[in-house]
Amino acid sequence: MIEYRIDRRSGVATYVQIVQQTKQALRLGLLEPGDKLPAAREVVEATAVNPNTVLKAYRELEREGLVEARRGLGTFVRRSLGATPSDSPLRGELSEWASRARTAGLERDDVAALFAVVLDEHFDTTEKEQDHR
Amino acid sequence: MTSSAIEATGLGKAFRRRGGWALRDCTFQLPAGRVSALVGPNGAGKSTLLALAAGLIAPSEGSVTVLGGHPAHVRPRIGFVSQDKPLYAQLTVAETLHMGADLNPDSWDADTAERVAAGGGLDLETRVRSLSGGQRTRVALALALAKRPELLLLDEPVADLDPLARHELMGTLMATAARYGTTIVMSSHVIAELEDSCDHLLLIGDGRVRLAGDIDDLLAVHSLITGPAREAATGADFDLAPHTTVESRITGRQVTALVRPAGPLPVGWQTNDLSLEALVLAHLRNPAAPPLTLGQASASASDSASASASDSTSASPTSQEATSASAMPQEEPA
Repeated sequence: MIEYRIDRRSGVATYVQIVQQTKQALRLGLLEPGDKLPAAREVVEATAVNPNTVLKAYRELEREGLVEARRGLGTFVRRSLGATPSDSPLRGELSEWASRARTAGLERDDVAALFAVVLDEHFDTTEKEQDHR
Repeated sequence: MTSSAIEATGLGKAFRRRGGWALRDCTFQLPAGRVSALVGPNGAGKSTLLALAAGLIAPSEGSVTVLGGHPAHVRPRIGFVSQDKPLYAQLTVAETLHMGADLNPDSWDADTAERVAAGGGLDLETRVRSLSGGQRTRVALALALAKRPELLLLDEPVADLDPLARHELMGTLMATAARYGTTIVMSSHVIAELEDSCDHLLLIGDGRVRLAGDIDDLLAVHSLITGPAREAATGADFDLAPHTTVESRITGRQVTALVRPAGPLPVGWQTNDLSLEALVLAHLRNPAAPPLTLGQASASASDSASASASDSTSASPTSQEATSASAMPQEEPA
């Protein structure tokens, strides 16, 4: 189960915050296929946001194929996000690269900036833009 | 099922003692199954509007239909919490709830009544006269919620609640809306209090409708833009035609304006994030800005026809879409 935290000052639309937090939980393995999302009524009772906002977020997650609504039962996770478990070879290579960068005298922010640039070169940014709308 | 919970046509109310119109020529619809924010400055006519909808006062002109009928006839289906939260001072909280149960024998939800009233550690044996303002609000809301109304009319429901109680009771209201499809209309002059909980807005100023519609739609048809001020532009009247200007300000060489775009914006203009509060304040600061009512079926962001609707008549209130737009999907049993 997941608990949503709504930050009213973040400038990010409330339903987007719910979508993002769900995806984050999927990436971190806090939510796995078959897990149930909290009922909309439970979310609105805890967060005091409008019910339609929660339903909009759940519809968006459903549209992306991440969850499915089962009539009379609730909303369930269909698939996980992120194909890289923490012990994958890719993570090891990245870790080696990071340590080389550090040896070469790069600061944390330099590495982050460099990584962001390479990320943008290789990956479509559409999803990110949607998330931040 | 009706798609409008409240429908007002040319609604007006004059108070002889105050010597003027509290509300004038109001035409609007509030959708069923939604949570509407009734917003306006002090003295705008919010309380008058809610009292008219609750059937407690009669209109001086025009009409208002509530849940498909005359307000006075549908009163059993309405829960109304007025700003002064009238309760019997000599009764205890428990006796007050008992009275509520006796007066609403068909629909009384005793569990909800007790849960809402006793939340925040309130002792049910306390007499109403010794309750604080926030505690009175809690008891009044308990009565209104336990009645299981189809329509809840709440006048400044959270104004005197502490932040914790405000969050808790707002959560209870939202859960009620999700579970029973209850239509909620609540007033406030603090927009930030309502922004996350409401999905529909009715903004009144000076007794008239200034903005009405789905909050997402209203935000979508407005843009907060900044751009270069040209040589010709002096003073506040910067002409951005064909776009409808709500407000514009020149600072140095830069213009900041809230507009309803009637097409693509000129190159070189930057669009900024627009909050509901900024939208409402801009309209209140500029009484001359044309009012705008978006119909329930209207969703298109670039619909210039609806964006330039300068009188307060709704574009297209009835359509196939209206039902799906207003019907809140019922929550599945847990």
